[in-house]
Amino acid sequence: MSEDVAPHTHFQYADARHQADSAIAGMWLFLATEVLFFGGLILTWIFCRHWQPEGFTAGAHETVLWIGTTNLALLLTSSFVYALGQAAIEVGRVRMLVWCCALTAGIGVVFIGLKLLEWHIDLDEHLWPAAARFKLEGGEAAGGRLFWVFYFVATALHAVHMAIGIVAVAWIALRARRGDFGAHWHTPVTVVGLYWSFVDMVWVVLYPLIYVVGRLT
Amino acid sequence: MSQTVTATRALSYLEDGKTLRSWLLTTDHKRIAILYALSITVFFFIGGSAAALIRYNLITPEGALRSAETYNRLFTMHGVIMVWFFLVPAAPVTIGNFVIPLMIGARDLAFPKINLMSWYLFMAGGACALYALFAGGVDTGWTFYAPLSSNYAQGHVVAVVAGIFISGFSTIATGLNFVVTIHRLRAPGLTWYRLPVFIWSFYATSVIFLLATPVLAITLVLLSFERIFHVGVFDPRIGGDPLLFQHMFWFYSHPAVYIMVLPGMGIVSQIIPCFSRKELFGYKFVVWCSIAIAVIGFFVWGHHMFVSGQSPYASIVFSLLSYFVAVPSAIKVFNWLGTMHKGRIHFNAPMIYALGFVGLFTSGGLTGLFLAALAADVHLHDTYFVIAHFHFIMVGGMVSAYFAALHFWWPKITGRMYPETIARGAALLMFLGFNFTFLPQYILGYLGMPRRYHSYPPEFQVLNVLSSAGASILAAAYALPLFYLTWSLFRGERAPRNPWRATGLEWTTDSPPITKNFLVTPTVTSGPYDYNDPHTKLADV
Amino acid sequence: MIWKLLPDASSSAWETDGLLAGLTLVTGAVLLLVFWLMLVYAIRYRDDSPIDRGKIAEKTFRFEISWTIATLVIFFGLFVWGADLYARLSIPPKDADQIFVVAKQWMWKVEHPGGQKEINALHVPVNTPIELVMTSEDVIHDFFVPAFRIKRDVLPGQYETMWFTAELPGTYHLFCAQFCGTDHAAMIGQVVVQTQSDFANWLAQNGTSGTLAQQGAPLFIRYGCSGCHSGNGTVRAPSLAGLYGSPVPLSDGSVTTADDRYLRDAILQPKRQVVAGFDPVMPSFAGVIPEEDLIRLIAFIQSLSPERPR
Ligand code: HEA
Ligand code: HEA
Ligand code: HEC
Ligand code: CUA
Ligand SMILES: [Cu+2]
Repeated sequence: MSEDVAPHTHFQYADARHQADSAIAGMWLFLATEVLFFGGLILTWIFCRHWQPEGFTAGAHETVLWIGTTNLALLLTSSFVYALGQAAIEVGRVRMLVWCCALTAGIGVVFIGLKLLEWHIDLDEHLWPAAARFKLEGGEAAGGRLFWVFYFVATALHAVHMAIGIVAVAWIALRARRGDFGAHWHTPVTVVGLYWSFVDMVWVVLYPLIYVVGRLT
Repeated sequence: MSQTVTATRALSYLEDGKTLRSWLLTTDHKRIAILYALSITVFFFIGGSAAALIRYNLITPEGALRSAETYNRLFTMHGVIMVWFFLVPAAPVTIGNFVIPLMIGARDLAFPKINLMSWYLFMAGGACALYALFAGGVDTGWTFYAPLSSNYAQGHVVAVVAGIFISGFSTIATGLNFVVTIHRLRAPGLTWYRLPVFIWSFYATSVIFLLATPVLAITLVLLSFERIFHVGVFDPRIGGDPLLFQHMFWFYSHPAVYIMVLPGMGIVSQIIPCFSRKELFGYKFVVWCSIAIAVIGFFVWGHHMFVSGQSPYASIVFSLLSYFVAVPSAIKVFNWLGTMHKGRIHFNAPMIYALGFVGLFTSGGLTGLFLAALAADVHLHDTYFVIAHFHFIMVGGMVSAYFAALHFWWPKITGRMYPETIARGAALLMFLGFNFTFLPQYILGYLGMPRRYHSYPPEFQVLNVLSSAGASILAAAYALPLFYLTWSLFRGERAPRNPWRATGLEWTTDSPPITKNFLVTPTVTSGPYDYNDPHTKLADV
Repeated sequence: MIWKLLPDASSSAWETDGLLAGLTLVTGAVLLLVFWLMLVYAIRYRDDSPIDRGKIAEKTFRFEISWTIATLVIFFGLFVWGADLYARLSIPPKDADQIFVVAKQWMWKVEHPGGQKEINALHVPVNTPIELVMTSEDVIHDFFVPAFRIKRDVLPGQYETMWFTAELPGTYHLFCAQFCGTDHAAMIGQVVVQTQSDFANWLAQNGTSGTLAQQGAPLFIRYGCSGCHSGNGTVRAPSLAGLYGSPVPLSDGSVTTADDRYLRDAILQPKRQVVAGFDPVMPSFAGVIPEEDLIRLIAFIQSLSPERPR
């Protein structure tokens, strides 16, 4: 490899900028596939709700609103914090980035903790859709179970994404501490940031579906 | 592309590291292509062995294998392996992986590590599926219709589904890599309209990978949930909808059939001009037809559900759209013929395979028009007519195209020439054996023999025996390349840089190429099919 | 020979065969053209052919446009042909006789309105329009009669209908065409088309304990329907007399027709469509009434509408 090339550049790229832009484009594409993944789930959800509105409404009334809302607030904050870190690294403030990443990951862990608590409450309340003694009965039982199927699938998938995000953010923090990033080069920070905001956005869409729509009707 | 690579002595990618480790941890797109090629060949022969047993069973009306369970597991395994572990990845991850960077003058794909990861994911998914298929198998058919698969079928549905899910990520990774590479790593001067149709086709394929596979993934998640907990979205007892599964499955699987044919179209669009010594006819039309197929292909899934109970209005719309999606394919066929017109045609093995693709794809595609005609599909749906339809396209067409590509780029990939005479013979034998196997199935289908039948009424026997006889010829034809291509690795003549006098950047590098493909990034100044001088002779091979 | 294996035994068989023949002709012609051109070019323009190639066409646009339009026109014609036939096949004639079919792994159960039952066989009279009302107790099956050129998926949890008029007495294959598990290939049977008099004889010999409607009457009491629907209970419920086949105003303002599918939903998912002017108090009978009793209840409700006798 010739000398005048920036240290992190692979040999198929012209320069660091070329590589950074490609990596960011790659992340955007990946997020597009994620949109279709969750989009498929949400479309079927809406479709099923259309056939069983009472069951879904009854099901939604059983959700733990305060946890969902707290988690929404937490996630929005975390994205904001991460964005602060990104702004910091652009002017070369590595320590600030490390702190922001740590805080972001921390909020993520709290989110997952609350999620576990929420699942615990749900199970205690006999809201597991495959339970023999499901909480809802009568005409609402079928639609209610269906709602809770969606609830568990969606929240579990989102939690998995959160877990991956936390690991990624922690990895950014470690690399930043090692001094890998600076004002001139911080592509991974941007790429992980995109992912984190996306996971955040998914919650912003799931939140009303789970907690709000049913309560409004 | 200012970066230049300086090397004292340029090693070919094959010589650059001889240890197993240097292969298993490689990020070189060419080596990963080889890893993939080996894996995919194994899967092809596993799936093919299942096919052989299927054909063996159908020799007698009561089913030579005796047990219906075994038969059902066999065709499920055959379908699952052939679709997800052979034909969907086959051309992209082997030929595409190897050739795309070379063709656009890049030194590698955009994300080499992701490329390697994709191979590991593929192997993990494959291991998962193989484990399930051998540890008891699955009897749902490759379509996994609910509620059969979710609540009634025996066997390891979840494990197979997990395997498909994982390998889905591997194809997503490949698609992502291709799209970014084609957008961002083209050599200077290589504008979009200077790209070979091959690149456009693989681009369209990758877009389908990216947009369709996630929907399959979520479908499989929901299916597994229902399978494990016996309650879920497709369960009619709680107001779920079994048709919902079919809609979601075909929303992926119809575009997936174009994943399985677009690469073939790209391949023959390289080979036919080269061996006709003539520019590709109607370049821009062929290019935009690839894109049109990829786009319209997303809106025709309902043609698999004409008798499923979906609304008749929906069926009518899906039928119309199915005819629309066939138009670009028609345009391509005519353009390939136009390319041959007034050319100087050479009949090397790649060309014979390519012509086999055109003929058999057209035959299969035309029977697709029967299936797209609503009232005709009411009779033909789920009979052997459908089996024949898609084997014509996928086996007759796409597998031929895969072999065409393998032979065409073999000198580039291995640095050796394959033996021409025997390769031509194998190509012809494949064509013959293929028609022998699958033509009788059209008649069987019209007569009403349903698919997925372990036993059948005796009057269908004659045609079934014919088909099985053809399959044994086909098996022999497929085994041939295995031998002579392996032989050529050791004894084949050394290949020059450009044995076919073909255009395209990949032919300007060494055979086999050096690890970093190009010492100096090439600059492109002309179109992709510059066979200007019709009197250039092919190297005598 | 081979074509004798598949008789044209229904009114639509001829038409479907016509469509298939048309498709075969059109696509056959195109296929021949493609193979012919490949062959001719392969010979004429082979490398060592001395033929004068002349000037190679530079402008491809005219060719592209013409074959695109030609293909579009032909395709549109084929589409209209197939769709028209399909549309006509999906609307049963008003006077069709109804026969119920219940599929389960791996057998077909058939119930005639007169109460006759058969398994893996279906007897029908010749030249009479027949409508099959089909459902499944477990997975998806598919009722396929090649000699009639018809098939239809049979789904759990809902009614699918299909109709035909048999025109040729004889015995034909009945196949299950949707993969449904281990013995899918054994889920076959016969369709026996009989002359009117033979069929009447067959019905008489297999007569059982009353028609479906008669068998449904006691069920209507046993399942407690009469408690609300006989008009003298405490609950205000709509009268079911004259309901079948008539328009029903629903509480959401829309109007639907009370066909078999509607009756089924009204019993199993009463909350989905509530009759205008009534409270949604009817309990769901999903999981309570087996498919075969459901058929009898529906036959009974049908019999309360004498102007559309079955
Ligand atoms: C690579 C795979 C591939 C491809 C490319 C296609 C291409 C097409 N397919 Fe096929 N299909 C499958 C794989 C494929 N299919 C599989 C696997 C199944 C079954 C799945 C299962 O149930 O297991 C299936 C099933 C299937 C069905 C459902 C059948 C049923 O289950 O009842 C239908 C119905 O419309 C259909 C239609 C078509 C059409 C219209 C095309 C068109 O795209 C074809 C276009 C091409 C041409 C038309 C030929 C060239 C044209 C000319 C030379 C033009 C001139 C012609 C005239 C003017 C007439 N296919
Ligand atoms: C890419 C896809 C692909 C490929 C390449 C093939 C290849 C073949 N297929 Fe397959 N097929 C499918 C995809 C494919 N198929 C799908 C999706 C289904 C539907 C499954 C379902 O219903 O769920 C299906 C179903 C299917 C059926 C219907 C089963 C049924 O409905 O009951 C049949 C029956 O004839 C069949 C036959 C064959 C044959 C003879 C080949 C041949 O081309 C194979 C030839 C290859 C070999 C034979 C191996 C190579 C040779 C050797 C290893 C030599 C030595 C080996 C022996 C002597 C055993 N296939
Ligand atoms: C608790 C009282 C009650 C019982 C028991 C009951 N129903 Fe009903 N039924 C109603 C009411 C109230 C309505 C109107 C509201 C609605 O549509 O849900 C109704 C509506 C119907 C309708 C639709 C009528 C229309 O005019 O469109 C049908 C059909 C029906 N019931 C059949 C049955 C059958 C069959 C049973 C027994 C298996 C039964 N019902 C048991 C109360 C009852
Ligand atoms: Cu029932 Cu197949
Ligand atoms: Cu399709």
